[in-house]
Amino acid sequence: MADPMRIRARAADGVVDARVLMAHEMETGIRKDSAGKLIPAWFIQEVVCQLNGKPVMTAQWGPSISKNPFLQFKAKGKAGDKITVTWVDNKGEKRTDEATVA
Amino acid sequence: MLRKPIQRVVLGLAVGLSSGLPAMAQTDAEKAIDRYRELVADGNPAELWEAKGEDLWKKKRGPKNASLEKCDLGLGPGVVKGAYVSLPRYFDDVKKVQDLETRLVSCMDQHQGIKAKVANYDRDDHKDVISLVAWIASESRGMPVNVPQSHPEEKRMYEVGKRVFFYRAGPYDFACATCHAADNTRIRLQGLPNLTNNEPAGKAFTSWPAYRVSNSQLWPMQKRLEDCFRQQRFPYVEFGSDVTIALSSYMGVTGKGVKSLAPTIKR
Repeated sequence: MADPMRIRARAADGVVDARVLMAHEMETGIRKDSAGKLIPAWFIQEVVCQLNGKPVMTAQWGPSISKNPFLQFKAKGKAGDKITVTWVDNKGEKRTDEATVA
Repeated sequence: MLRKPIQRVVLGLAVGLSSGLPAMAQTDAEKAIDRYRELVADGNPAELWEAKGEDLWKKKRGPKNASLEKCDLGLGPGVVKGAYVSLPRYFDDVKKVQDLETRLVSCMDQHQGIKAKVANYDRDDHKDVISLVAWIASESRGMPVNVPQSHPEEKRMYEVGKRVFFYRAGPYDFACATCHAADNTRIRLQGLPNLTNNEPAGKAFTSWPAYRVSNSQLWPMQKRLEDCFRQQRFPYVEFGSDVTIALSSYMGVTGKGVKSLAPTIKR
């Protein structure tokens, strides 16, 4: 199972500023290991961010995103809203985490 | 016929420029570096290790199926807050001065029955040690460094660390002091802290564990010191080697009172 994300979200003037830190290897598929063999690609392909169950942002990612990615975005909302972030990687592995907007 | 004077003028200009530039370039570059540091510090991935570390501390594991919550990091069993800024210290149960990393290995053994394999960085049980260190350090953020010097062994470790710091050896006839015992020095753009002074020593001491952006790794102090020895072309030090703990003691005692920054983020 993938490690949990860290989600911090703060509301000011009707806008939620969300910061998400994900734990993921994000292998590009072009790196080689110490034995000279290709390390297979393994990266997050899709990110869906929801506020109170309603999608506010989706992103399609590729191998150029760094290891342990950091994502920041803004959406209309208020304190107490529930923020949910889900990612799916190219192996089909999934992780969803939830936080409350402060 | 015209060529020669022109060449000379160009040369003269180049010399004039190069002697005037460094001072200006340094301040601009350092400003830019500070800005970069500010930007990456928001969302330090070290938090991911912190979360794992907290979990590992509380989870029942090992042959004894116990958590680490009874582990004594020097301030009493289970006390985490403030532990990081008061290590290395002498522990009576092992009759040795230990830093946070080696103490955690002892605790895993005593409380959980785990004979931790920690010889290789970020392999086997060393992964757990890194995460635990990240969380424990984060619990002392903002607290002043207070490495004890009451036990004779602690004093001895400080003295050994001081000697090692100034000990010149290896193919380059290098010591830690070669780079870290003068003010306002740098390697290329990297400022070099003078670790014989209170504030820089305290900052360096509490800058590790740090997340290294360049290789996406979390480096605890032991790993950082191992790298110092590598850079000096000294023989590699093993995990938990006395020399690393002695150097930690020297830095910690010198940096007394400086507020802890760890875990930080580095280039």
